[in-house]
Amino acid sequence: MIHVRTRFITQSIAKILIWVAALSTIGVMILILFQILKEGLPVLHLRFFLDSPRSMGREGGIFSTIIGTLALTVVAIIFATPLGVGTAIFLREYTRESRMSRLIRFGTDCLAGIPSIIFGLFGFVFFVITLNMGWSILSGGLTLAAMILPTIISTTEEAIKAIPYSLREVSYSLGGTRWQTVTRAVLPNAVPGIFTGIILSVGRSIGETAAVILTAGSSLIIPTSLFSPSRTMAVHFYILAREGISMEMAYGTGATLILLVLAINIVANWFLNRYIRHRA
Amino acid sequence: MVQENKIVIQAFNFYYNSLQALQDINLNVRSNEIFAIFGPARSGKTTLLKSLNRLTDLVYGSSHAGTILLDGADIYDPRMSLTQLRRRVGMVFDLPTPLPMSIFDNVAYGSRLSGTTQRRRLNEIVEKALRSAVLWEEVKDRLNTSALRLSGGQQQRLCIARILALEPEVLLLDEPCSGLDPISTASIEQTLFELKKDYTIIIVPHNIQQASRVADRAGFFLNGELVEEGPAYQIFTGPKDRRTEDYVTGRFG
Repeated sequence: MIHVRTRFITQSIAKILIWVAALSTIGVMILILFQILKEGLPVLHLRFFLDSPRSMGREGGIFSTIIGTLALTVVAIIFATPLGVGTAIFLREYTRESRMSRLIRFGTDCLAGIPSIIFGLFGFVFFVITLNMGWSILSGGLTLAAMILPTIISTTEEAIKAIPYSLREVSYSLGGTRWQTVTRAVLPNAVPGIFTGIILSVGRSIGETAAVILTAGSSLIIPTSLFSPSRTMAVHFYILAREGISMEMAYGTGATLILLVLAINIVANWFLNRYIRHRA
Repeated sequence: MVQENKIVIQAFNFYYNSLQALQDINLNVRSNEIFAIFGPARSGKTTLLKSLNRLTDLVYGSSHAGTILLDGADIYDPRMSLTQLRRRVGMVFDLPTPLPMSIFDNVAYGSRLSGTTQRRRLNEIVEKALRSAVLWEEVKDRLNTSALRLSGGQQQRLCIARILALEPEVLLLDEPCSGLDPISTASIEQTLFELKKDYTIIIVPHNIQQASRVADRAGFFLNGELVEEGPAYQIFTGPKDRRTEDYVTGRFG
């Protein structure tokens, strides 16, 4: 009988611990969202989105930083996606497990663990100074691309790994070359996984501060080309809060950032579900 | 009537790393016959089938010795085009393997690989292949729905249609009825008799009854060796080798 009782107690304790874990996670999330939105939402008006900052951001809106954020993210994704997906295809479909593939995987794992400010430092020395690209959207975007590359590689690899061998075998047995098999039988089925990696990367790019401030600068002027310097929303938030310029505007920027990430996730999910439903 | 040999296998050995899967196989398969390869599990049947269109090349660490001739040409000759070979020697796997795309796209997959993109031509190919596999009537109104929604028997006939669309010369069927109910099985066997007129068929049947129903000739495999081959009625009613007799009569297996 003693066994039944101890088992019952173990069950109850486990249940309580798991509930506490889940509830505190949700609690922290709600607390953060509540704090930012409570302070930030009152600032949000159409003018706030469409006006550029005036007097260092004390007045006006955040238009130029929205443009800067989107431009940097787009550049980062455009460079990182083909490289990352290509590397993952190479690792999964074009080589067998070997010293070479282990080296690449070890490299990307290390890359994933490096703090973003180190990427910023590298971007500053390499893109900004050595390649003479200056503080610019391009320098910042390329730095972000290097930072998100490991995420895209590993999510794509996982997606490719999950595709059954039989699909490849069928494609080969119908006279497919390796490239045809990869592009027609493997990749279309890996799209949802690759997409998830890209969305994660978008989130990281949008929220990145340290790497961006060193490579894209903090200009408040609306960028007009890839070589314009620019300030992102995250950097704007940091400068406003850090230099005590305006906490009100800082929270407004933070709230916009959160809503933007939310919107991107919703739209991306919608597209992904459509894609999956279309194929099933 | 003397039939010519479509496939000639001479002193063929196959290894997965150090494990020998096939031992000194000598076997001829004639044009337009149904040849059944049967035997217990792990006797090398699937390996032999996959060797015939070199799908075994995909297995890392495998190697072979000996020759396989298709219409007199060595299939392991470096000048032999691998993609061409696999189109000429088509394979249907033991489990239905529809690609996650529409019925039409599944059947058109191989033709598109070789560069056929004209919609009219593809329509013709797909309809003809589905008719040959006795599936057309069931799916003609929903060619654009996902192949994954078909039943198991339909999926397997789709896989047969998919390979027929390439108009191969030889069909390799690896237990094509293993997951199917008796009615689907009967319809696939019926299909095989139809196909025999145009194709050479090598089948791993999923039981001895099926082998005796469909095969013209048969070969018994055990532990990677070809124990005995001959006309099907002789193999199943009066085998010469003791081991074949024991297997056919159900003493082991």
